[in-house]
Amino acid sequence: MPTSGSAPEHTLDEILNLAALHFKVPREKLTPDDDFFKTLGIDSLQALDLLTRLEHHFHIELPDYELQGVSDFRTLANRIQARL
Amino acid sequence: MNEFKGQTLSWQVVNGAIELALHRDPCNEIGSLTLEELERFSAALPILANEAYALIVHSTQKAGFSAGADLRELFQRGQEMEKLEALRGVRQFLERIHAVMNALDTTPLTTIAAVHGVTFGGGFELALVCDIIIADRMARFCFPELRLGLIPGFGGIPRLKRDLGNAVVRDLLLTGRSFNVMKAQQIGLVSQIAAEGEALRLARATASQVGKFDRRTAAAAKEFVKPIPYDELKREIDIFCDLYARPAVEEGLRKFVQNDAVQPYLP
Repeated sequence: MPTSGSAPEHTLDEILNLAALHFKVPREKLTPDDDFFKTLGIDSLQALDLLTRLEHHFHIELPDYELQGVSDFRTLANRIQARL
Repeated sequence: MNEFKGQTLSWQVVNGAIELALHRDPCNEIGSLTLEELERFSAALPILANEAYALIVHSTQKAGFSAGADLRELFQRGQEMEKLEALRGVRQFLERIHAVMNALDTTPLTTIAAVHGVTFGGGFELALVCDIIIADRMARFCFPELRLGLIPGFGGIPRLKRDLGNAVVRDLLLTGRSFNVMKAQQIGLVSQIAAEGEALRLARATASQVGKFDRRTAAAAKEFVKPIPYDELKREIDIFCDLYARPAVEEGLRKFVQNDAVQPYLP
């Protein structure tokens, strides 16, 4: 079981799969602690696009202020997990 | 007259629907040139309305419908002028854009906003004047003005209050957060959700349906259900100008304009 506040592996996996697919980056190049702005080569507008896709995928609403300062997949997964 | 190609927008009449396309790089920021061309459209609208039954407003820009007011221009103008002159300029700009928005809001045509991607601030306000909002699945809405120490200035708050519950309006306004189409439909803002890239096609189909009915009846129905909150719209301009006069706003605009961080669109 994950510790309180940390996302289970399958949530992380789903995020990494979705990001790899949409931004056309090989899945094996993405790791949980990557800075997704750098690894995916995206700006804040594309980050909003990623946020929208993740909200649709997980059927959640994730206010963008919760992403302030978040740039790695693991923390992003934790924020999503808190809404599931 | 029934066709125009400007630097920031174009229009043409297609199968009884006026299609107003926004096409200013990068994301249809609304500054003085867009305002001039919107005024030109507004002046042409009564004549165009004689040969159309609907108006579709959409964007050809990949990033979205519109990122709102041109904050770079707003900041630049403020730097070039004396404070009082800048304030007069802002009030004049707001009064002119309100006149355009009111003309779009009250036209007897049925108006449809086909939005996608970024629909923020003034862009959101432009969508709000339309009778029906059809949104691409990837559209995102936001009133980010409080981040700058301002309130929405193109008629957003009175029109949002007209359409939505006050609790939702407070949440969106006071948090400045963006929200997706599912939320937008849930709160009653968006009436149809389109698959990616399909909003304009759905808007055209909706316009075609609208065209089946008697125009005078449709115009009467619209006038009956869509009051224009003139007093609140005027008050919004006053509040905006009071807030704009404070040094904190100049600093907020400077920060935004000079921000080269990777997350400027995140609150």
